[in-house]
Amino acid sequence: MTARRPRIAVLVFPGSNDDHDAAWALSALGAEPELVWHAEPQLPRVEAVVLPGGFSYGDYLRAGAIARFAPAMAAVASFAEAGGPVLGICNGFQILCEAGLLPGVLRPNASLSFVCRDVPVIVERTDTPFTTRCQPGQTLVIPVKHGDGCYQAPPGLSDDQVVLRYGPQANPNGSEDDIAGVVNAAGNVLGLMPHPEHAVDTLLGSADGGLILASLVDAASESSYAHA
Amino acid sequence: MRATVLVRPKGGILDPQGEAVERSLRQLGFPVGDARVGRVIDLEVAAPSAEEARAQVEQMCERLLANPLIESYEIELEEGNA
Repeated sequence: MTARRPRIAVLVFPGSNDDHDAAWALSALGAEPELVWHAEPQLPRVEAVVLPGGFSYGDYLRAGAIARFAPAMAAVASFAEAGGPVLGICNGFQILCEAGLLPGVLRPNASLSFVCRDVPVIVERTDTPFTTRCQPGQTLVIPVKHGDGCYQAPPGLSDDQVVLRYGPQANPNGSEDDIAGVVNAAGNVLGLMPHPEHAVDTLLGSADGGLILASLVDAASESSYAHA
Repeated sequence: MRATVLVRPKGGILDPQGEAVERSLRQLGFPVGDARVGRVIDLEVAAPSAEEARAQVEQMCERLLANPLIESYEIELEEGNA
């Protein structure tokens, strides 16, 4: 039995620091991760893409504002345009917003303090490639660790695009409507501030993040889509 | 040509930095209100005319220096002899 392990690109920007954790978690969940340096003009043949957490370019100007112009981001945009699943975690979420692949923007936390703690996150949609393993309304416990996580939605953001919300009284950063994760209108690009890759083993407090990453691995396995 | 770009949080956008600065100023005894914190970017622009320089800097603002969703920008040009 040699079930094919789907290949998932994990982008590496100068200042990424969760790239190896993301790759480790994806590997543990059955995927074959491949680290891709930001200066690469093309993606290798993969079935999904993950933009990991970190502080690309030191968060200069605005978090994600400079990384979005990396050569690899043009390839990620084409991949997303063609329907390939793309997951942005924390800094990855910020980059996707700055790149216009996701609506809105992430601003400094309302408290102006860096937050680092486990938070309850409610699953609002289970019909995305990132949440199929979750139950509707399920509360996941996943850590956040960020200084710029206050999500500002653009005018008229559809409620359908909100996939994850912080639990009651648990909004760690002042995000509008407690939004923790949003998907694009097509449904194949998700950004979230919590770090699922840091919650894939109960030994580390929670394995709930594994539900999100395993959903992505499932989607990648089933996907006939592969970027050449 | 010397360009100065002022980037500000748009009106109505929550500005926690501005609020923190305002609180500190009030603690120091200054009766201030509605403090907002933005950013200044000074640039040397190679352009044959002020119009062209302004057009270039506007492009820079739209593409990188400001996020139009939350920030407004203002451009000042100064003929330099540099």
